[in-house]
Amino acid sequence: MSAPAITMDVRRVGEKTAVVDIKGEVTAACEPVLMSAYEAAGGSATSRLVLNFGGLEYMNSGGIGMLVTLLVRANRQHQQLAAYGLSEHYREIFELTRLDEAITIYDSEESALNGAVR
Amino acid sequence: MNETTGTPGPDRVASAEQIGLSAREAAAIPPPDAARLAPRAAPPRDVASWARKIDRLEVDPREGVRGTNVAGRRLTGPVQGFGKMWQKTYRMNAGPDITPEQAIATWREHFPEFWPKGNRFAGALTGINPGDVALLDLAIGGGVKLSTGVFVLYADAESFTLMTPQGHMFAGWITFSAERSGDATMVQAQVLMRANDPLYEVSMVVAGHRKEDKFWTATLTALGQRLGVADPAVEVRSTCVDSRRQWRHTSNIWHNSMVRSVLQTLTFRRGVNAQPSG
Repeated sequence: MSAPAITMDVRRVGEKTAVVDIKGEVTAACEPVLMSAYEAAGGSATSRLVLNFGGLEYMNSGGIGMLVTLLVRANRQHQQLAAYGLSEHYREIFELTRLDEAITIYDSEESALNGAVR
Repeated sequence: MNETTGTPGPDRVASAEQIGLSAREAAAIPPPDAARLAPRAAPPRDVASWARKIDRLEVDPREGVRGTNVAGRRLTGPVQGFGKMWQKTYRMNAGPDITPEQAIATWREHFPEFWPKGNRFAGALTGINPGDVALLDLAIGGGVKLSTGVFVLYADAESFTLMTPQGHMFAGWITFSAERSGDATMVQAQVLMRANDPLYEVSMVVAGHRKEDKFWTATLTALGQRLGVADPAVEVRSTCVDSRRQWRHTSNIWHNSMVRSVLQTLTFRRGVNAQPSG
């Protein structure tokens, strides 16, 4: 498997929320990067994990599968997953795969942090 | 030709003063074509690989399959399933002479031909393409065929993914891919799934997982033979990703295609028997 062309930087926003800034290509190959970002953002203290897809350049079906795996891990810790920064194309993929029923999509970082209705 | 720069251009350009613009306006207003010619963000290169968004499946009748339990159904991913979540990987070494692109092109073009006998995959004549809906008749014993379908969610040169509708045995997707590993090309089918309802969950535990392993092992073996692999060996790996069942999705049983297929078969047979002979 080739090296993933992606970076995921973690920012803590308050005590219970973390934002993961995703830049590059989301494929099955980037699972180790995502999981280490999750570890950095996670811990039982974190109750809300926000994925920033503003820098997303490419995603295949392996990437969607990896997000499902992340979702399972987050659910196990009773953490909520949210996303923002998705282009119309990627938003439609979330809807097509019905991933949007488990990962709430927001229009902006502010609304994602507040958990406001999109 | 511009006499000053020597580059192609209009022969005569009026100055800002000549056309009545202030110095500020001349600096602020862009040339008329600037907005039209401004670079726009290019669409991601995966756009053509994904199916377009749909809410419910639409199907055309296909010869050789019953084609029930698909039209009007919604797609279901692992989020919508009931049972434990499994990731099952079937992997085969296709050798050094086949490229990943060749392996996937063959698989996409001849997909139904690699299925074990007794099962029918009625897809588009052009092979596997994003947005296609294929109708399936699967042998489940007792002369009954389980009628269901799959949706082509994604397809590119090195992988393609099928997603299942409501009523299918499992909610999830199967990704078929090939990649270079060392000197060889590795071909694999990977299923990410939850049984769709409690009845299927019991069936999977009793015999379903074993049947599914045999099914995909046979499929990969047939593909290997087509690709010229002398003695295809398929490695099977199953991982339980989530051992919890999603009880809130118990009602998925309403769409169960196995129950409906049995009822449809009985109804059909009763209709045939009721017809006057001669």
